[in-house]
Amino acid sequence: MIVKRITNVFFRYALRVITLLFAVSVIGFTLVSLSPVDPVQQYVLSVGSVSPEQRAELEDYWGLNDPPVERFENCLSAILHGDFGTSLLYRRPVIDVIREKFANTFALMLCAWVFSGVIGFILGCVMGANRDRAADKILKRICLLLCSVPTFWLGLLLLLLFSVWLGWFPIGFSSPIGVMNSDVTIWQQIHHLILPALTLSLLSFANVALHTRQKLIDVLESDYVLFAKARGESKRQIMKRHGYRNIIMPALTLQFASFAELFGGSVLAENVFSYPGLGSAVSAAGLNSDVPLLLGITLFSALFVFTGNMIANLLYGAIDPQIKESYANE
Amino acid sequence: MVCKHEHLLDVQNLSVSFKMYDRGLVQKELKVISDLSVSVDRGEILAVVGSSGSGKSLLAHAIMGILPENAAIQGAMKYQGEDMTPEYQEKLRGRQIALVPQSVTYLDPLMRVEKQVLGAGKDAKKKIPALKGIFNRLELDESVGKQYPYQLSGGMARRVLVSTAVIGDAELVIADEPTPGMQTGQAIEALRIFRELADEGKGVLLITHDIDLALNFADKIAVFYAGTTLELASSGDFLSGEESLRHPYSKALWRAMPQNGFEPLDGFQPFSGSLPSGCLFSPRCSMCEKQCRQKIPEMRELRGGFVRCFHAT
Ligand SMILES: Nc1ncnc2c1ncn2[C@@H]1O[C@H](COP(=O)(O)OP(=O)(O)O)[C@@H](O)[C@H]1O
Ligand code: SF4
Ligand SMILES: [Mg+2]
Repeated sequence: MIVKRITNVFFRYALRVITLLFAVSVIGFTLVSLSPVDPVQQYVLSVGSVSPEQRAELEDYWGLNDPPVERFENCLSAILHGDFGTSLLYRRPVIDVIREKFANTFALMLCAWVFSGVIGFILGCVMGANRDRAADKILKRICLLLCSVPTFWLGLLLLLLFSVWLGWFPIGFSSPIGVMNSDVTIWQQIHHLILPALTLSLLSFANVALHTRQKLIDVLESDYVLFAKARGESKRQIMKRHGYRNIIMPALTLQFASFAELFGGSVLAENVFSYPGLGSAVSAAGLNSDVPLLLGITLFSALFVFTGNMIANLLYGAIDPQIKESYANE
Repeated sequence: MVCKHEHLLDVQNLSVSFKMYDRGLVQKELKVISDLSVSVDRGEILAVVGSSGSGKSLLAHAIMGILPENAAIQGAMKYQGEDMTPEYQEKLRGRQIALVPQSVTYLDPLMRVEKQVLGAGKDAKKKIPALKGIFNRLELDESVGKQYPYQLSGGMARRVLVSTAVIGDAELVIADEPTPGMQTGQAIEALRIFRELADEGKGVLLITHDIDLALNFADKIAVFYAGTTLELASSGDFLSGEESLRHPYSKALWRAMPQNGFEPLDGFQPFSGSLPSGCLFSPRCSMCEKQCRQKIPEMRELRGGFVRCFHAT
């Protein structure tokens, strides 16, 4: 029974991820083909002087003169064989570049994600439990303000304040300049991580906080909280027994479903702070016509966001008994 | 007599109104309970009957002190002779007074039934044997304790709600329509539990649609209509027939009972916003006269009960 359910869920998600990645490849490929992005030009620039004949030969070699559908088929079959091509910009396999950059980005996003989730949840609870009192009104206004501030602007502000004026944090990069990679200490890495992570989390925690606030207000107005009150439960007991229980799952789900915004935000934050993660790599790839890297990162980020949404769905099913039941009955 | 008899619960001239926003910012008061008086003594079950919308649940919530914030109350409520201030109500809730709420939505959807029945507090675990006993009596399987509310049928949920109230040692139990959805045997068992509580010297206020069932267990019946009491009679009066009853509405209720001819009463209960002037029952009353439309009759004593009618004899 349980095994059947798990395989069932597994196949459902496998099917979804395959169709998703296929669709993303088609769209990505089409967009790149239609755009003025010219990988040959990029290659030629980096190699030096190339005669028009050599250039034509190169185009032929890369199959740029084949019909688009054939090119797409070749591209797809290479990917299916695990070959994502070589980055023109970094001169290394795309997979390796993504792996390295993602390690940096992952550290950044994880910090921001945990920080915004925890702070957002706590603030949401404070606001919801003190609805319409001064604390709630002030915090709510701050959250609404933060929701409407663009990432790069906030990043620049933090950079100015903490790095330029106060000099507490470095201005950019993930490690000190002029220090060998192997010599960088974890503290130096963390030091370089704080500002971009703060920028990123400041943007998403407001959303979690406002959402948690509303959910808690709904819960506190429910019949079951009224009944708890009628049974003599104190405000604290009500929060402990009914409050958290009913708001933690929606908050967690929202947090996992926010992977897309997290990824988008990291592109901007990394550019502002010159942080060498996937976000700066993707803009570099775009600006330098590094098509293999661009497509590689596109596929990777689709997979990443998909994973977040999948976890959100599964979590919801695992903890909410009503949804768990409906899974079982499927 | 010098010493006045002291009720366990005494509600005198209670009114409840809601502040409502009518179109735009025009505020208006909607009076939903007016001039309502009931009392419950130790050792007795008072049944409250009346069609839906007559203010039964609101009375229960007013006593518990859990009305919504936009509700305002007037009148006097006393518990054991002491004024029920909000602070006093807070002390009484769940300890001295227990509520059986009206619907399943009063159960936390994400908490297992057992934990909810045992309630909060350090001594919750000590109530496990009592829980087993009550579940057994109400024909709830032990496995029900491990289930979530959405897994319960309507009748099961009501029995769970009854358990939450009788598991403690409250002196006054207010049960808001506890039996719908239960099988007859189970409903009878639930009322039997209430009867036992009363016989132990506690008080029970039983709100119900099922007059028939209530008659066999309750001592007194209060008839509600459009937010007020029209008659207070003993169960015996209802059992012995129409002539023993006092108010035209009570008599009509009696005639509408299956064994008494199932004769329905024409018309409908007026809405809170558009109450008639004078006697609230006047639009449906066959004995209505001019006086009835001008003045609201007072509650008066008659043949050992109380009635709110000019012409009752
Ligand atoms: N929160 C509220 N705001 C306004 N009117 C209400 C509210 N709650 C109940 N009422 C009104 O009060 C009247 C009595 O309701 P209720 O006590 O629930 O009736 P009963 O339990 O007898 O069926 C109804 O007409 C209902 O519409
Ligand atoms: S007061 Fe008049 S209208 Fe009201 S119940 Fe009595 S007779 Fe009927
Ligand atoms: Mg009701």
